[in-house]
Amino acid sequence: MSENKKWFTLDLGLNKKSKSSGSCGCGNSEGSCNSRMQEVKEEELSADEFYERAVNAAIGDERKKDGFEQVFDVKMDRRDAFKKLTASLLIGAGAVSSCTSITKDSDSKEKAQIDWEEQFKGNYKLMTNDEKKSTVDRLMRSYELRTGKNINISSKNAEEDVLFGYAFNISKCQGYMNCVSACVEENNQDRNSQMQYIRIHEMKDGKGFNFNEADDNYYHEVPAEDHFYMGTQCYHCDNPPCVDVCPVQATWKEEDGLVVIDYDWCVGCRYCMAACPYDGRRFNWSKPEVPENEVNKNQHYLGNRMRKKGVMEKCTFCVQRSRKGKNPACVEACPTGARIFGNLLDSNSTIRWVLENKKVFRLKEDLGTEPKFWYFMD
Amino acid sequence: MGLFKVLKSLVIDSLDTITKGSKKYHIWMGALTLVILVGMYCYSIQLDEGLSVTGMTDRVSWGLYISNFTFLVGVAAAAVMLVMPTYILKDIDFKQAVLIGEGLAVAALVMCLAFIVADMGGPSVLWHMIPGIGVFNFPASMLTWDVIVLNGYLFINISIPFYILFRHYQGKEAKKKVYVPGAVLSVFWAVGIHLVTAFLYQGLQARPFWNNALLGPRFLASAFAAGPALIILVLGVIRSNTSFKIPNKTIKKIAMIVTVAAQINLIMLVSELFKEFYAPTHHSESAYYLFFGLHGKDALLSWIWTAIPMNVLATVILTFGKFRNNLKVLYFCCFLLFVAIWIEKGFGLIVPGFIPGPYGKIVEYLPTGIEVGVTLGIWALGAFIFTILAKTAIGIELGELKYKKKEKS
Repeated sequence: MSENKKWFTLDLGLNKKSKSSGSCGCGNSEGSCNSRMQEVKEEELSADEFYERAVNAAIGDERKKDGFEQVFDVKMDRRDAFKKLTASLLIGAGAVSSCTSITKDSDSKEKAQIDWEEQFKGNYKLMTNDEKKSTVDRLMRSYELRTGKNINISSKNAEEDVLFGYAFNISKCQGYMNCVSACVEENNQDRNSQMQYIRIHEMKDGKGFNFNEADDNYYHEVPAEDHFYMGTQCYHCDNPPCVDVCPVQATWKEEDGLVVIDYDWCVGCRYCMAACPYDGRRFNWSKPEVPENEVNKNQHYLGNRMRKKGVMEKCTFCVQRSRKGKNPACVEACPTGARIFGNLLDSNSTIRWVLENKKVFRLKEDLGTEPKFWYFMD
Repeated sequence: MGLFKVLKSLVIDSLDTITKGSKKYHIWMGALTLVILVGMYCYSIQLDEGLSVTGMTDRVSWGLYISNFTFLVGVAAAAVMLVMPTYILKDIDFKQAVLIGEGLAVAALVMCLAFIVADMGGPSVLWHMIPGIGVFNFPASMLTWDVIVLNGYLFINISIPFYILFRHYQGKEAKKKVYVPGAVLSVFWAVGIHLVTAFLYQGLQARPFWNNALLGPRFLASAFAAGPALIILVLGVIRSNTSFKIPNKTIKKIAMIVTVAAQINLIMLVSELFKEFYAPTHHSESAYYLFFGLHGKDALLSWIWTAIPMNVLATVILTFGKFRNNLKVLYFCCFLLFVAIWIEKGFGLIVPGFIPGPYGKIVEYLPTGIEVGVTLGIWALGAFIFTILAKTAIGIELGELKYKKKEKS
């Protein structure tokens, strides 16, 4: 852990305890971690203290615990106990070697350590790049421990001279909703509540942009006759009202203009939801679930990594894709080419061409939110 | 330390007082405990399953909890209406009532904080909000202002009565020099808590129903009507059940406050209705939904049309001194006013803010049983706390609880 952490880590005496019992800071008592020893040696120690610690490091628990304690005085839940009992019976029968139960034990310790650090980690917005990296590494390791599978979580920062913008061609959209399903799959949204970031509003020709009479939940063949379609999602406003109201700065605007959320820092007050004039935010009312085989394993900390219950989430212009120079999933999935995404600061980008050559407009401009999401027609 | 000895004796004495009482008292406390337990059970379900067990959705994302929170901030602020005449204008009439009023404020604030916690998606990470170890988005977020003013007000309202009672417990007079500055501060603070709570909603350009300049003043007017109305009812109960003397004169003075505040509140209501319905704009749709329903959706209609006549009736009756001075009529009016404002300022204010949604979608909100259970539990918790505080305070004021200096046993 670096010295200049910007958050507070509760010290409940665990570190002291681990010193006296000789296990190292990573919680791995099997001695596979030697970082701690180096740290210890670097500190200035009195001779006695050094001797004490050296003994600890060498024999650790065995000095203090007798055989009974080593075997039986281990905290475990019923399921673990049952597993171990079965395992030891099998060992007795010579069916499996004992090493499985040892790795299992170290895994659960590491898991507990990860859970502990996760509970008390800081706000991503205030982390240094190293802290971001280690947070992301921890999450990947956690997933590996729990499911045995690997995911890739990125902590890539905004690039310089990039400001993302989006344009939507109302004439082209036919309401197929490929963007909606691509978004759900890309961003690992809860399948049970059918959470969707994008809403496609079906409007009647000749009535203008009449959202009141529009239907954003249609189930019929499209394009329906005499109707046109208009998509809404988070507009990544340049002056986002949702950001100011957050009491804990769990949501903010990144350098490249993306309005993002630290899911683990969010306290779930839903003030941002009330403050958003564009219905851009979603809340996890219950534990979000995605079937294991449908999880998109290419993730970003601020993007599509797995959320928990009771936190906000929203469209991030697919930060995990856009920061790698790719289009968001909705843009890629759109069969009509109604969606255009790009760098507003790049004068050669398509989005700039649209802004300069089309009659573009934005929704509720009078509110002063400055959305980076424009509509236009052919 | 002598003070600690007195404090210890006070705690023991008050524990003694609050565990003894008439049969009625025990039934009251038992019933409250039962409701609290039911509320806790409901909350445990909510913790386990998530807020999906409530009626709230992405479309209406605040409901019964925030409604009650908003209303109770007003009740808490109303204590100031008793504090000001007593400590600052030196009107001796209120002296007996003011301790009750401050006790009520403490109970109301505890309920407010409980409602906020109940509404949180992640109560286990609320430490993120604590300055120093978390990130406190002050002064940008009005919610952080609210956290400051509510907790500050809670501190003031605990410390002033505690100081006074602590002195009286020892048989000494409370020193004016000590508590009057606190009382003066609390007057401004009370206006602050309610104004800040109103700004919480008023500052959202996304919700035209809330985004109007009258919201703050109207919050104050309705608070100074509903809060003292509740105090009158409570004083009535205390008068008939204990030997604590509250002269008619005191109650009538408070009734005057209630009347004036209710009248101002009514004027503001008329002003609001005029604005919404004389030249209706797109922004009047929430008001239309509240009062008349929109596209056949009319869940709030029966509520608001119960509240408005109750409000008007109570205000009109109270306006006439002849009726107001009749205690039975007064109690009835106070009850009407209290319920009417609870409806109006509770879900009559919060829910229509979300309907219709940002794009005109109308999805209605109905609280679930679990939500109602948690709400009742928190109200019972408030009543429980208030009863304990009031019983101890009354005991000390009546001289039943007294520090015995040379007691050996």
